[in-house]
Amino acid sequence: MINGVLILICTIWIVPALGILITSFRDSQDIFRTGWWTVFPHQEYVVSGQIHVDPNTDLNGPIAIRGVPGKYTFEQLKEGVTLSDGRKLIWYGNKRTRLIEVSTLQWVGFSTRFTLKNYQDVLSDKTVNYKDANGNNIVRQGDNLSGAFLNSLAVTIPATVIPILIAAFAAFGFAWLKFRGRKFLFSIVVMLLVVPLQIALIPIVQDYTRLDLNGSFLGIWLAHTGFGLPLAVYLLFNYISQLPREILESAYIDGASNFTIFTQLILPLSVPALASFAIFQFMWVWNDYLVALVFLGNHHTVLTVALANMVGEKGQDWHLLTAGAFISMIMPMTVFFALQRYFVRGMTAGSVKG
Amino acid sequence: MESISSQPHKNFSDMISDWLKTAVGRIIASICALLVMVIVLYGGFIFLRDTDLPQPLMIIIAILWGVGGAALDYYLTNFVVEMLPGEWPRRLQPFVFVGPAVFLMAWALAIPTVRTLALSFFDANSINFVGFRNYVFAFTDRIMLEAFRNNLLWLVVGTSFCVSFGLLIAVLANRTRLESLYKSLIFMPQAISFVGAGVIWKFIYAYRGSGTGLPEIGLLNAIVVALGGTAQPWLQLFPWNNLFLIVIFIWMQTGYAMVILSSAIKDVPAELEEAARIDGATEVQVFFHIVIPYIQGTLITVSTTIVIFSLKLFDIVRVMTGGNYGTNVIANEFYLERFTYGQAGRASAIAIVLLILVIPVIVYNLRQFRESKAF
Repeated sequence: MINGVLILICTIWIVPALGILITSFRDSQDIFRTGWWTVFPHQEYVVSGQIHVDPNTDLNGPIAIRGVPGKYTFEQLKEGVTLSDGRKLIWYGNKRTRLIEVSTLQWVGFSTRFTLKNYQDVLSDKTVNYKDANGNNIVRQGDNLSGAFLNSLAVTIPATVIPILIAAFAAFGFAWLKFRGRKFLFSIVVMLLVVPLQIALIPIVQDYTRLDLNGSFLGIWLAHTGFGLPLAVYLLFNYISQLPREILESAYIDGASNFTIFTQLILPLSVPALASFAIFQFMWVWNDYLVALVFLGNHHTVLTVALANMVGEKGQDWHLLTAGAFISMIMPMTVFFALQRYFVRGMTAGSVKG
Repeated sequence: MESISSQPHKNFSDMISDWLKTAVGRIIASICALLVMVIVLYGGFIFLRDTDLPQPLMIIIAILWGVGGAALDYYLTNFVVEMLPGEWPRRLQPFVFVGPAVFLMAWALAIPTVRTLALSFFDANSINFVGFRNYVFAFTDRIMLEAFRNNLLWLVVGTSFCVSFGLLIAVLANRTRLESLYKSLIFMPQAISFVGAGVIWKFIYAYRGSGTGLPEIGLLNAIVVALGGTAQPWLQLFPWNNLFLIVIFIWMQTGYAMVILSSAIKDVPAELEEAARIDGATEVQVFFHIVIPYIQGTLITVSTTIVIFSLKLFDIVRVMTGGNYGTNVIANEFYLERFTYGQAGRASAIAIVLLILVIPVIVYNLRQFRESKAF
């Protein structure tokens, strides 16, 4: 019974993501005409025949149709009339076509109309076109998400790697070296863990204007390094202070200096914690929107900013939006599923990224 | 009699280390070391700022500069400090280790806090002193009041549902074999960006309305229509649209609560539960009287974390509604004030208000830290 409840909850949980995954592979016209769940087997009305209305029949009043009891007005037929025998009659086109489509309820299997065109369109930076619900051809400018993807990589990788060494040194210093102000400084680190980023943005933008760093990659690397350090130092501090003292003692006795102890002993031993933080930082920077918006803007659009722009400008282009959303999700999803263990361990070790 | 072994021929490194033992040698070596450091760090800085290289190359150089530069800095400063006489090495070496991190954190977070506080007392372009005018705006402006009210809603509804669902799923999953599978799926939305989640749920809430002759393609409206109702533009219906946005937040953050609470629940000693069961307590009683009190600390930590998250929330609101239709939140108003309206003073005041709201948690965390005897 517990399994049943859990399966139900999990199914509901993944339905939203499933929706865009399926939609991103559907042809644009399909997307606008039917919901994505119609991809699955279901009953729907399928056209099984046509009725031609006699050219002499007056269309302004109730119309009599061969083989159908009763009369229906043009307006009713345009909306669709369901007969008692299960057939549905829908007027096709305008009054001049004089054509009625007859459909019956049938089971339709899995849809096979899938395409990669949406992904191609959203990744390119040239003009693309697609069909809307009524079959009209619409032209748009491509979103260049492939460029945005590279920008995201360019932002995230250094912003993940650079803080690691700096935080490791600091964590060791806090954990094993005694100095005046140690507790005070570390208390500040603990406080900085939950300080909202908004506090820092305006002064840093001021600094960057003076240093000519606005809109540059270097600016956002430095910002993310600074923002990520409290968490990194905290995580690594927790880990390093739990390493057995005997290791250090015996190294001291052997005459090693703090520096060599750190570089040759502590650093290699800390790799699991470093990995946990790295994964955390990678996901956080990759998925970040606010910092990228403020420091890079549209100068170098990253995926999140590009996607947000798409929602703003092309809010109804679901074929592009869903493909774009999925592209932005691929990287963190892969990292997440491949390295879940470290991610979870980082969280339970107290990592809390706001 | 043993012959006294003659001094071995001094090689180059011996000569250097001898020279380094003299005061002059040390001073010159220190200056050289610091010069090298400055050149590498500054040069790299300027180069990376102004360069126009293709991205892969730029990434590599950035990593080399950032990591290599930091390593060089540590090595060289340590080198200089170790050459100082007397007690200085012991006193200064810790700062070799924590110095760069402290410097960066001060520049990026600590000092900006003070600067933002100062800016909040100035006008839009930070030129004229205006006293508390920005704070009056922050606490009385109609839009800010709406934002406060919404944030309160997010805080209360979002946190309570996240924690409750997380707890529920953690408890249920704890008793099954496929535990990690369920937990992975629930946790999965944590990997998505808020913007991506915005797109996902915007699609669910999509509204078409009658008149086009086409069916609803948004899942929610399709369900409503199938049950006989009429489709609605959910994101525009105040006040329900706030709840629909909060659903997204719950979808994303429950996984976090679940993971933390799950490991906390596993820490409850089995003997405690067994003893209670032997005394005749039902499962529900065991849960509420044994488990919950035991994991109290974790519950508070998780709740405060999610509360803070909900206060800082910006992406969802901006992407889904832009703060319109009565859905504005404080963080969104902050962004609009500074970057859309150009009101640096007001935005700073809003940021300080955010900080004030977070202070109780800071105080709590500090107290926890002091008691943890980590030092």
